[in-house]
Amino acid sequence: MWTRVLVRRICTLLLTALLGGILGATLVRFAPGFGVDERELDIRLREDSVQALRQSHSNERNLLKFYGAYLEGVLHGDLGVSHSFARPVAGLFAERLPMTLRTVALGLVGGWLLALVLALPVATLRGWSFDFLASSASGAFLCLPSAVVAILFLYFGGPAALAICAVVFPRVFRYARNLLVQTYALPHVLTARARGLSAIRILLWHIFPVAAPQLLALAGVSVSIALGAAIPIEVICDSPGIGQLAWQAALSRDLPLLVNMTLFVTLVTLAANAAADLTTKAFLRHTA
Amino acid sequence: MRTHRLALLAAGFLLAALPAKPQSGGELRFVLRSEPKTFDPMLVDEEASETIRYLTGGVLIRVNRKTQALEPELAVSWKVSEGGKKISFRAREGLLFSDGTPFTAEDVAFTMQKLMNPDLHSPTGDSFRSSQGPVRVTTANPRDVTIEFPAPVAGLERLFDQVAVVSSHSPKKEAAVLGPFVVAEYKSGSYVLLKRNPLYWKKDARGRRLPYLDSIRLDIQQNRDLELLRFKRNEIQLINSLDASYFENLAKEAPSAVRDIGPSLDSEQIWFNQVPSAPIPDYKKNWFRSTSFRLAISEAINRDDLCRVVFGSHARPAVGPVSPANLFWFDKSLQPHPYDPQAALRRLQQEGFRLDGHVLNDPGGHAVEFSVVTNAGNKYREQMAAMIQQDLEQIGIRLNIVTLDFPSLIERISRTFDYELCLLGLVNVDLDPSAQMSVWLSSSSNHQWNPEQKSPATSWEAEIDRLMQAQASTNDQNQRKRYFDQVQKIVWEQQPFIYLVNKNALVVISPALANTSPVVLRPQTFWNVETLYFSNQGRGASQ
Amino acid sequence: MKFLRQTAAVFLVAIFIATLFAGILAPAPYARQFRESPNALPSRIHLLGTDELGRDLFSRLLYGSRVSLLLAPAASLLATIIAALVGGVAGYVGGWIERIALAGTDLSMSLPWLFLLLTVRAVLPLNLPPAASLLITFGLLGFFGWAASARVICAGARGLRNSDFVLQAKACGCSSQRVLLQQVLPNLRPVLYAQFLISIPVFILTEANLGILGLGVSEPLPSWGGLLRGLENWSAVQANPARLAPLVLLFVVVSCFQLVMPQEDFAS
Repeated sequence: MWTRVLVRRICTLLLTALLGGILGATLVRFAPGFGVDERELDIRLREDSVQALRQSHSNERNLLKFYGAYLEGVLHGDLGVSHSFARPVAGLFAERLPMTLRTVALGLVGGWLLALVLALPVATLRGWSFDFLASSASGAFLCLPSAVVAILFLYFGGPAALAICAVVFPRVFRYARNLLVQTYALPHVLTARARGLSAIRILLWHIFPVAAPQLLALAGVSVSIALGAAIPIEVICDSPGIGQLAWQAALSRDLPLLVNMTLFVTLVTLAANAAADLTTKAFLRHTA
Repeated sequence: MRTHRLALLAAGFLLAALPAKPQSGGELRFVLRSEPKTFDPMLVDEEASETIRYLTGGVLIRVNRKTQALEPELAVSWKVSEGGKKISFRAREGLLFSDGTPFTAEDVAFTMQKLMNPDLHSPTGDSFRSSQGPVRVTTANPRDVTIEFPAPVAGLERLFDQVAVVSSHSPKKEAAVLGPFVVAEYKSGSYVLLKRNPLYWKKDARGRRLPYLDSIRLDIQQNRDLELLRFKRNEIQLINSLDASYFENLAKEAPSAVRDIGPSLDSEQIWFNQVPSAPIPDYKKNWFRSTSFRLAISEAINRDDLCRVVFGSHARPAVGPVSPANLFWFDKSLQPHPYDPQAALRRLQQEGFRLDGHVLNDPGGHAVEFSVVTNAGNKYREQMAAMIQQDLEQIGIRLNIVTLDFPSLIERISRTFDYELCLLGLVNVDLDPSAQMSVWLSSSSNHQWNPEQKSPATSWEAEIDRLMQAQASTNDQNQRKRYFDQVQKIVWEQQPFIYLVNKNALVVISPALANTSPVVLRPQTFWNVETLYFSNQGRGASQ
Repeated sequence: MKFLRQTAAVFLVAIFIATLFAGILAPAPYARQFRESPNALPSRIHLLGTDELGRDLFSRLLYGSRVSLLLAPAASLLATIIAALVGGVAGYVGGWIERIALAGTDLSMSLPWLFLLLTVRAVLPLNLPPAASLLITFGLLGFFGWAASARVICAGARGLRNSDFVLQAKACGCSSQRVLLQQVLPNLRPVLYAQFLISIPVFILTEANLGILGLGVSEPLPSWGGLLRGLENWSAVQANPARLAPLVLLFVVVSCFQLVMPQEDFAS
């Protein structure tokens, strides 16, 4: 039963991701400026060199052929060669992925910690003033575009991870706060508190089991929030990660790079959501 | 006793007056504004790779960036013969590549043969290829090499400034270099680290081996604000081509660091689409092909305001294709078209245009309205477009500004020709007008306003073709200058390109760096990199 | 809290009205260049000073606010309508239609829409009036921004699927179409309304992000995103802190929206 669900999930996930890749590739292929190279304007180049540059994208014009060749390459572990960087895509990913993963992971952990640290007292203390302060703080970050957050961090010398943290925190806080407030108001929690159980015990035994499914789903969503924020933040902060790579790939119509990028982002987003979903189901079954 | 003391004092002054002994060591840091696409010196086609080639490559002849004269480097002497068809070099003896492989004339031959392979499509190689046919390279002995081209190459010896010699024997291939530095580390999107080449051949007056610096760290960074911020934090020591908007700000904080070296070789210009097959209405094509219309637009643009407002007075109204910074080739008899909207309007009225209220109508009754395309994200071009928009409004012309990302823009100006007016800049690396050959020949794909013509569309374009060919086929510099002056004059009269401004070269150099002498030619600040050193050792190394 | 909400609502209405009358309130046309006084400090003539080209910042802010405040709700409406159609039907019908719709929203959320926005301007005709290109940009934002709302609405509709009144309506022999239109949609109204309100600040912020990245409204028409690009020149901001005004206004307006909109619970 379990394995069937898992296999079905993984198949859907892979199919959707592939579809995402095909759609991404179609977008790039039919975008204006596809197959145009900035170097064509180099006044030193002679006619035959300009013509050679113009021909260099001819193998990508037929999208189906390109995608077929690409998938065949992927099966052999070859992700293709980026035009704009004149290097294998796999190498570029290997160099830049750790940077983004670190930034996003740190931002996520930071954002979650901050959100929970603020949301828990709001739910337990039930004081108006603390709630107001914490909600205002998170609301303030919620009202700033992530690009502005990036600019501010740039000028005040903060790392990119902190900027992602600033984007993730308010969104997580908002939901976590509401969820925890509701959960703490449940009758069995109130009874437990009336019986004088320790705060830790209430949290671990009575709050988390109830709130966990939704928190897990939120965790899935927060991954895509963090990844989405990584692009403007990395571009503005000049952080050499995947987000910056995606931006440069888009600006130079780098088909091989963009296809991999779309596939990667779709896979991560879907995987995060699916993982959250599956854990939630497992959790519900377990607690039931 | 007294005279003795005086003598001592005098000796002391003399010692102090002697140039300070340069200190070795330290790491110079500055920023590359894009990722270098290649480390192969033959395939270099953008600024970041060019910077690395300049710092690591050894060349036969170097253009002194300050005097703009030629100086021998790996070649002790050279001779151009047969009207610019043939060049012979005598190579310097006893030099070693960075990996210890000896340097001989054979390496020069190898480099040239590889570079001249038409299938390589190297911009450096292409600048030598003035006509079809094989290039003959012969080495008489380990010191002498002769290169013979199928046809004369104008300004031949200058082109060797771009040719970094690679080893024919070294197992490290192009990683073995003859320049002052070698590439030690590269992390994509992050940095390139260059280390001192311990086998570099040049020595200073005291006999010490150059370069003084231990290493150069080039951080890859696009954000100009961040670059400035890092300079203020003393994390980098040089900024090339500083944005004019930062100049005043930095001049207040660090007056000794910022320098305006005067007009650079680069220009900003606009041009109308004159392609007969362009998908734009015929009446608009008629405007754009009319010399009077182009002249009127040129006169309606307030270039002084552009320089003052957009560039904070760190630019000069441009005259034509050659900047006043190009000492030899600039035609001093020409002046920028004066700002005179009334004269522009009169000129248009003579052509049958009418100003009805605030709208200019053409003889056919069409309101004069067109769009200008430029690349998105370039603050100066967007601002210039906005100012030109207001200038043209004064003579009843409505201008729509469209910013496009580069690939879309290039597609429009070089493939579909679906544009009306384009605003772009021209980066000039070479002083010699032969480098602009592909811009001026009507048959070329870079003849932007009407490229790839089978035969010249106008008599003045035919005349430019003739003059450009004529200047390229002689080696007499003065005769060439006379021909090219005529080209400049025709361009000034016909305005196929309406030149707007020549930006000044603005640079920032940390006071900790000694022996600097910034110039307008690229690379502005570090052209004499081998003799740069830190006057205060700690500052460079501690970063 | 109620007082805060009311104040926020009043403020939003006031700003909205002010931007509608930008033509009267603005001391100068937004594109007019006072070339003799670029980068001017705030004064009686230029309340917030001028930008690099000498354009009056206060006027630009007023006109820019109009662009953002009128078009963000329009984009939000479009997004909510699409989300209601996709999410409502998927949630109500369930089964494989729901699965496909949810996969579609997943896909839609991970596609490089930024890239599409980047290229949209490039395919539009060149002599299109700036207002039209602006409308298209926001239209696209609305068109692409439906996915998140669709998930929420789908969850809401799923809840209604087995509710008593729907079952009763079905038992009475109502057609699916009729149930959907007369029972499900009206009961989804609170969710739709909440999604509509929630999406407005999202689109305001999206436009601001695009503007900063240089993909927003093109010169000389101002928008909050375009005005925020001024923040990139930090030294100019330091010289004239009034340049932070667009950021402050954006901040206040989005905060007001946050206050006014109903408190949502987490729904996945």
